[in-house]
Formats: sequence, C-alpha cells, structure tokens
Amino acid sequence: MITATATESPVNYLNHQSTVASWLLTKDHKRIGLMYMVSVTIAFIIGAFFAALIRAELATPQGDLLSADVYNRVFTMHGVAMVFFVLIPAVPAILGNFVLPLMLGAKDVAFPKLNLLSWYVFVLGLTFTVGAMIYGGVDTGWTFYPPYSTEGSNSNVLLAGIGVFITGFSSILTGLNFMVTIHRMRAPGLTWFRLPLFVWAVYSTALVMVLGTPVVAITVAMVAVERAFGLGFFDPRLGGDPVLFQHLFWFYSHPAVYIMILPPMGVISEVIACFSRKNVFGYSFVAFSSLAIAVFGFLVWAHHLFVAGISAYSAMVFSFLTFAVAIPSAVKTFNWTATLYRAAIWWKAPMAWVYGFMGLFLVGGLTGLFTASLGIDIHIHDTYFVVAHFHYIMVGGAIMGYFAGLHYWWPKMTGRMYHDGLAKLSALLVFVGFNMTFFPQFILGYLGMPRRYHMYPPEFQVLNLASTAGATVLGIGYLLPMLYLTYSFFKGQKAGANPWLATGLEWTTQSPPLPHNFIEQPIVTEGAYEYSKREIKVA
Amino acid sequence: MAAHADSHGHGHVHAHHPAHQHHFETMEQQSEAATLGMWLFLVTEVMFFGGLLMAYLLYRVWYPHAWSEGSLELDIVLGGVNTVVLIGSSLTMALAVRAAQTDQRRATIVFLILTMALGLTFLVIKFFEYKHKFDTGHVPGPNFHFEGPDAPQVEIFLSLYFALTGLHALHMLIGFGIMSVILWMAIKNRFSHEWYTPVELAGLYWHFVDIVWIFLFPLLYLVDRSHHFA
Repeated sequence: MITATATESPVNYLNHQSTVASWLLTKDHKRIGLMYMVSVTIAFIIGAFFAALIRAELATPQGDLLSADVYNRVFTMHGVAMVFFVLIPAVPAILGNFVLPLMLGAKDVAFPKLNLLSWYVFVLGLTFTVGAMIYGGVDTGWTFYPPYSTEGSNSNVLLAGIGVFITGFSSILTGLNFMVTIHRMRAPGLTWFRLPLFVWAVYSTALVMVLGTPVVAITVAMVAVERAFGLGFFDPRLGGDPVLFQHLFWFYSHPAVYIMILPPMGVISEVIACFSRKNVFGYSFVAFSSLAIAVFGFLVWAHHLFVAGISAYSAMVFSFLTFAVAIPSAVKTFNWTATLYRAAIWWKAPMAWVYGFMGLFLVGGLTGLFTASLGIDIHIHDTYFVVAHFHYIMVGGAIMGYFAGLHYWWPKMTGRMYHDGLAKLSALLVFVGFNMTFFPQFILGYLGMPRRYHMYPPEFQVLNLASTAGATVLGIGYLLPMLYLTYSFFKGQKAGANPWLATGLEWTTQSPPLPHNFIEQPIVTEGAYEYSKREIKVA
Repeated sequence: MAAHADSHGHGHVHAHHPAHQHHFETMEQQSEAATLGMWLFLVTEVMFFGGLLMAYLLYRVWYPHAWSEGSLELDIVLGGVNTVVLIGSSLTMALAVRAAQTDQRRATIVFLILTMALGLTFLVIKFFEYKHKFDTGHVPGPNFHFEGPDAPQVEIFLSLYFALTGLHALHMLIGFGIMSVILWMAIKNRFSHEWYTPVELAGLYWHFVDIVWIFLFPLLYLVDRSHHFA
C-alpha cells in the first residue's frame, strides 16, 4: 500500500518551529497529541500520588496515617484524576491524535482548530479539578452520588463537578472530530475494510463519546445546580429519586469503560499484526466486535444498581445483557490468539506490553462475569473484589495497551529508539507488580472487605500488605518508562522511517513526520496487514 | 486565485477559494466534513437535553397531579406567543440561507437581522415570564412558596421547568452570538453560491434550538390543559 517513499528531511513537525507560541497555538494533530501526553502524564502523577497514599494507609489495619475524612478525599481524588483525566483521554487523545490522520493518509484531523480547543478545554477542566484538590478536595467518591453530593458533603463538590463537566466537552469534541475525520478524510483507495483496526476501535470509541458524554455532563450539571441553587432534581424530601441520578450517571460511566478499553484493543490489533508478521485473524470480526462493544455497552448500565433497589425483573435483563458484552470481547481475544498461533513472533518491547495486556484483560474480563451474576454480585458488591475487577480492566488492560501503543509508535513520534531491554523489564515489573497489588484484593473482597474504608480487621493485614508491596513494584514499573523514554527523546538512537518494517500509512512517511505528514497524497491499493506480501521478513 | 490558475486538472477551480483550508483536498470535502460535524454536534445536543427529559419523564409518570398543577402556573399566552415567534425566526433563517445560496447579499443581511430580532423578542418575553416566577416565589430553592397538597412535587416540576427553559435560553443566547458573526461575515460579502457553509450550519443550529422549544412548549405548558378548560 506504499506509494510515497520517505526521504529523510531535516525538517519535521518537532523542529520546524520551536517557540512556545508555536506549540500553544499549533493546529498540528501531532503536536496536540504530544501536548495531551504531557498533561495526561501530570494527571497520572497526581492520581498515582493519591493511590500511594491509599496503599500506605491500608498497610496497617488501624487507620493511623489518614483520618477517615481525609481518606475519603484521597480515594475520591484518585478516582477523579485517573478516570476523567488519564484513562479516558490516554489512548484516544494522545495516540489517537497522533496516528489517526497518519493512518488515514490525511494532512490533519477534519477540524484542527477544534482539536486545539479540545486540549484547552481539557486543561481548563484539569485546572478546576486540581483547584478543588488544593482547596481541600472532594469526599463523595468519583461517582458524586446524591443526596450526599448535593447537600451532605461539605467538600468542594462544585469545583470538582465543574472540572468534570468541562472535561466532558473535550471528550465530546474529540470524538466528533475523529468521527468526521474517519468519514471524510480517508486517502483515495482507503475503503472501510482496508482501515487499520485501530481506526475501527477509535471510531467505536468516538461513537460512545458523542452519545454518552453529554448525558453525564448534564447529570453532573444537575447535581451542581441542585447544590448551588437548591433546585430539586434528586432530593428525596421533595419526592425526587437519587436512584435516577445513578441511572443517568452510569448511562455514561459504564460506556466510559469502553472509551477506556476499546482504543487499547485497537492498539493490540496493530501491534500483534506487526510482530506476528501476519494479517489479523478474522479482520472483519475484530472490526465489528469494536462496534458491537460500543453498542452493547450502552445497554448494561444498571448492573451498577443491582443492590440499589431496581426491580428483580430489570436486574435479570441487565445481567443477561452484561453477559452478552463478553461475546465481542471474547471474539477479539480469540482472534488475537489465533493471529499469534504459528506466527514468526518478533520479540520486541511492544509485544511484551501486549502479552501483559492479554493476561490482565483476561482476568479482568472473566471476573466481570462474576460481578454480572445477580447472586454473586450481592455478596461482592462494594467490596475489594469489584475494586480488583475494574482495576484489571481499566489499569491492567487500558494502561498496558497504552504503553504497548506508546512503545510501538514512539519511534514514529520522536524519530528515536529506546532501550529495548529496559522496556521489556518495565513491562515485566508492571505485570508482576500489578498482579501482586490487585490479585490479593479479589480474595479480600470475597472474604468481605468493603471498599472505601480507611481501617479493617487485623486478619486482612497479610493480603493488604502484599497489595501495598505490589503497588511499590508497580510504581517502579511505571516510573522506568518515564525515565528511559525521556532519555530516548533527547539521546536515543535514530529510528528511521519504519523500524518495525510495519505496514500502515503512518510508516511510509519519515520519523518524526513532516509538518503536513506526507510529501504527496498517499494512494491505498491493499488491506491493512499485508505482511505476507512484504519483501523483507524478520527472523 | 489568478496566481494558481495554471494547468491543473479538473475540479481545482474551487480549490483556491479564500475559505479553503489547506488540509482538505477540495471545497466539497471541506463543506461535507463541516456539515457532518454539525449534525454530530446536534446529536450530542439531543443527548444533552435527553438527560433532563429523562428526569421529566420519570417524575411526570410518578406525579401527574403535581405536573398538571405546576403546568397551570405557566403563562400559556406568553408561551404560545413565543412559540410563534420562534417558528417565525426559523422561517427567516431558512430564507437567509436561501438568499446566501443565490448570491443575494442584501436579502441575506435583512433576513439575518430579522432572525436576530425575533430571537431577541423571545428572550425578552422569557425574561418577563421568569420575573413573574421570582415575584410570586415560584422559583425552586430555599424561598420556594406554593400552596397546595403537591407543593414538593410542584417544586420538582418547576426545577425542571427552569433547567429546561434556562438551558434552552442559554442556547438562544449562544445562537444570537453566532448570528452576529454570520451577519458580520455577510456584511463583509464573504458568502456566495460557491461557499455559504457557515450560514447553512448556523441555520441548522438555529432550527435545532427552535425544535427543542417545540418539544418544551407542550411538555411544560400544555399538561392537562384540556381538562381544566373543558
């Protein structure tokens, strides 16, 4: 599918302009991707700091490090920072912004100014949220359930709510931009079924962003208005229903899990194809399973409400639909396995992160079936079992996938290589540290340890200590890439246009790419993963 | 334009229009992208109002008496006049788009000004409706005052009334801002039959805000009216 051969030119998107204004006013999707990377990393460090406080507190049963009230604020701010400012934007806003137009053979996204605006909106939302943290934090949990959030809490619910509301628009506008880009900016010959699977995943994600995010925005706004002006939407004293909030909130926040996991799934398809040197097994099934997850994802929200007083009949329906989501997820997992089967696997760092993803996603997905079962859910609801389950998906899956993509496209983004051994080592550290942190929590939850308490009975200490120790390993695993990637950015070996000998239009231009991506308009004549037709094979 | 009038292939006449952005291959691609983007934006708006309408639906089913009591507190005459005003503004908006498409600069400007004037009329009438609610203590919150057995649920109704119409009025204000920009562009003679996308998209937005009102009027003002006027 290559027409334009890349001749290395000293001018690229990083060095063609170097003033601060040239970054802050850029309309280049590649620079905006990097700007997201910086701001999301800052949010990640904030969220990780609160995670460290949680694990330090839970190392002992007494609750001696933090008071109950401070602990409430700490886990809330961990959740808010990680969910809204790390997991949701990580892959779509960083990697999606960078590679999507390149993959489509386009000069940019459809609306470059809107793209820059989305970043500013994101930073504004982050600023409000950090402001709420500085002025004493929020203690409602990241879910902002009323009536506690509307009148019980005396923390900064308003500031944090406004922060989340604003950030939501960043997500909406990014999703809208990506959908239009995929519809209207594809290179000649790039038909839907020649699209890389990452594009299908981003498209499905954008669908969820466009349809879901406005609902959570208005819902958080309703809480804010109720809190600020005393309007009654969820107030039980007037006959209002707090459970209505939960329905509206999870109508977005459950699909939001798919915003977090679908783009990493797209990354996995790209990386597996490249390092297996094969076409992805069952391309169209993998493509449509992304859409199926996006659609089914909208029909399962009430499984968060099984113990909130919904009727047994609707609980059964939502339980069934929740099980149904496992089907497209399993389609993906089996097809990736089939792609790896009897492939000449090239053992490089991105692949190490992919293996980590597959292991952790498998555990996270299968334990999701436990929580979807009505009887079992009553036992494990609001326990550490649930905490472990969603960390396996949202951190184990999404962040592992993010790192897989980051290591895969890093040479394209920066033009430089990183230390392969160190990258594999940190993938291993993250995998081991992650399992040490969260696997004990499955057992803790099954034994009945509830979430969101700062103290616990002494018999739970061994497992909690294991979890805290694992979190330390995990922390080192996340710190390492920040160090060797920063080193690589300045001093790494030159990568060349296509260090992985990969297919895909993004590899046909130089690294780092030209300011406007391609020398001439690429024309596509074949499918996305025609590795068998490539002349150069790797051993 | 003339500088680029060398022997390019077909379809490149449009490619050098001053409004053409470099990352699009053709003007058609650019306007198609913009139109699709606007429609998607309107989808997000539907979902945005949808959250409030869901709350409306639930409580209306739960508290039908409070809904009819609350609805009777609203001024059907002012609401009705506003409905006519907004539908009228949609007509002038559509005529403005038509005028822009057919290179009639003066007519475009006149219809845009008419649209804005009607929009302003709507907001002024809405202001007096709100003022009346404040005067009679019908604004939800600590100072809410209402006589009747369903007072708490009427407070929910009026909360939703203010949320829905307030959000709608906010959209009207934003629309007024957009129209000012479009008007300025029309005065500067930016539009022609070759390129009128901004007028068309502003029109889509305006019609959307109009349609929202067409839903809000019966949902809020006309609950159980027939029963009370029978």
